[in-house]
Amino acid sequence: MSGDASALELVWNADPRLISIVLLSLFVSFSAVVLAALAGLPLGAVIALTRFPGREAAIVILNALMGLPPVVVGLAVYLLLSRSGPLGSWGILFTPKAMIIAQAILVMPIIAALARQTIEDLWMEYRDEFAAMNVGPLRRIATLLWDARFSLVTTLLAGFGRAAAEVGAVIIVGGNIEGFTRTMTTAIALETSKGDLPLALGLGMVLIAIVVVVNALAWGVRRTGERLAG
Amino acid sequence: MTMRAPDSELPIVLDAVRYGVGRLTILDGISLSFNPGAPTVLIGPNGSGKTTLLRVAMGLLAPNSGRVTWGGRAQISPERRAIVFQRPAMLRRTVEANIEYALSSAGIARSEWRARTDELLKLVGLTGFGGRPARRLSGGEQQRLALARALARDPQVLFLDEPTASLDPAATKAIEDVIQAVAGRGIKVVLSTHDFGEARRLAGEIVLLHRGRVIECTPAVEFFTEPKTNEARQFVAGELLL
Ligand SMILES: Nc1ncnc2c1ncn2[C@@H]1O[C@H](COP(=O)(O)OP(=O)(O)O)[C@@H](O)[C@H]1O
Ligand SMILES: [Mg+2]
Repeated sequence: MSGDASALELVWNADPRLISIVLLSLFVSFSAVVLAALAGLPLGAVIALTRFPGREAAIVILNALMGLPPVVVGLAVYLLLSRSGPLGSWGILFTPKAMIIAQAILVMPIIAALARQTIEDLWMEYRDEFAAMNVGPLRRIATLLWDARFSLVTTLLAGFGRAAAEVGAVIIVGGNIEGFTRTMTTAIALETSKGDLPLALGLGMVLIAIVVVVNALAWGVRRTGERLAG
Repeated sequence: MTMRAPDSELPIVLDAVRYGVGRLTILDGISLSFNPGAPTVLIGPNGSGKTTLLRVAMGLLAPNSGRVTWGGRAQISPERRAIVFQRPAMLRRTVEANIEYALSSAGIARSEWRARTDELLKLVGLTGFGGRPARRLSGGEQQRLALARALARDPQVLFLDEPTASLDPAATKAIEDVIQAVAGRGIKVVLSTHDFGEARRLAGEIVLLHRGRVIECTPAVEFFTEPKTNEARQFVAGELLL
């Protein structure tokens, strides 16, 4: 390790330590978003399209959960997965799996709440036409998901941005173990406190670049949607 | 190919139909029938119940009391009825995809889509617009696309809710031309308007609505030359406001 390499050199030379941290971070956050989407998109669609007692409360709670503090999610997942916890037998605390679960829980409400709003707005717009064209329930759902696809992808990207940037949940359930559960954010926290500023800065630059790329993608998706679909 | 029910949607008969929301009565004992022939125009001031009546006749709203029959049968699925709402929603797709959606909803085989889409676009004067996003069309073009989508169902009866409200004279003319072409093909048109000129130009028969009741139901010629009721005279004179 070149202890005195500058941040830029680390990034430029694709320092292996830095690369492995970046790859793990992307893998964990990407997996978390996939899991969160599998649960969050159907949940959002169901709340948007059905009427049941307590629905308003469910929407308020879901919206509130969008602002869940990552450390609290980390703590809850820690208690769940710790050896004496209900899921302790899984033995996955301090592994990337635990980090994926924690981030998925963090991101799921964001995806569900935004998807609920998107799908419901579109449904309000389409419902009369669905009735007039005698469209069946499954086809209605398929149509709404398809026609809202650009907004929904933007929602997933927002979830990814949130997961990639959080530190509180992964540090608690991952333990920040070098070469195993160390992500960009936890490494930055640690290296900064240790005084290894070049690595922290290098990771910070990569993280910012990723956030910029994700937002550019979201913007591009939105523009494409507007161009293709109005 | 889908099997089409041979049964006719016509005549549509409303018998003592009452429709209300909460304590508000919107349609107050309406008895009417829509028969094959020239267009029926529902005319009446804003809030008189035109939109609600069209939705009931389309089968989208169930009356609180009284009954509606289509070709002698009570509730049947609206296979060969179509409606264009006053502010039709455009699917977030291209013009062509909007029509194809209607064709597939009506159960028309995919192999026929191309030819039917071209024919419908031509009928409503949107040839060459197929690839455009529907929501980017002007108001008049959207209204014509909505007409094409409704016609994709190959309806026997077509309900139109104020199809030219908020359009300029040229766009209005374009829509009215399509309506006349449609009526000429033997499709029963029932449309609402609060525009007299339009009623005169299109109507074979006039139904005057006022506060949820049918005030007059007469052939158009008679309605304009010798209105039977006081309200009709007032309405023709532009004095019936509420
Ligand atoms: N769902 C509803 N809830 C409450 N009031 C309604 C509803 N639908 C229609 N109305 C009222 O019923 C009256 C008739 O409405 P409508 O059929 O839209 O009349 P028109 O199309 O002739 O303007 C209006 O006063 C309207 O505000
Ligand atoms: Mg109306």
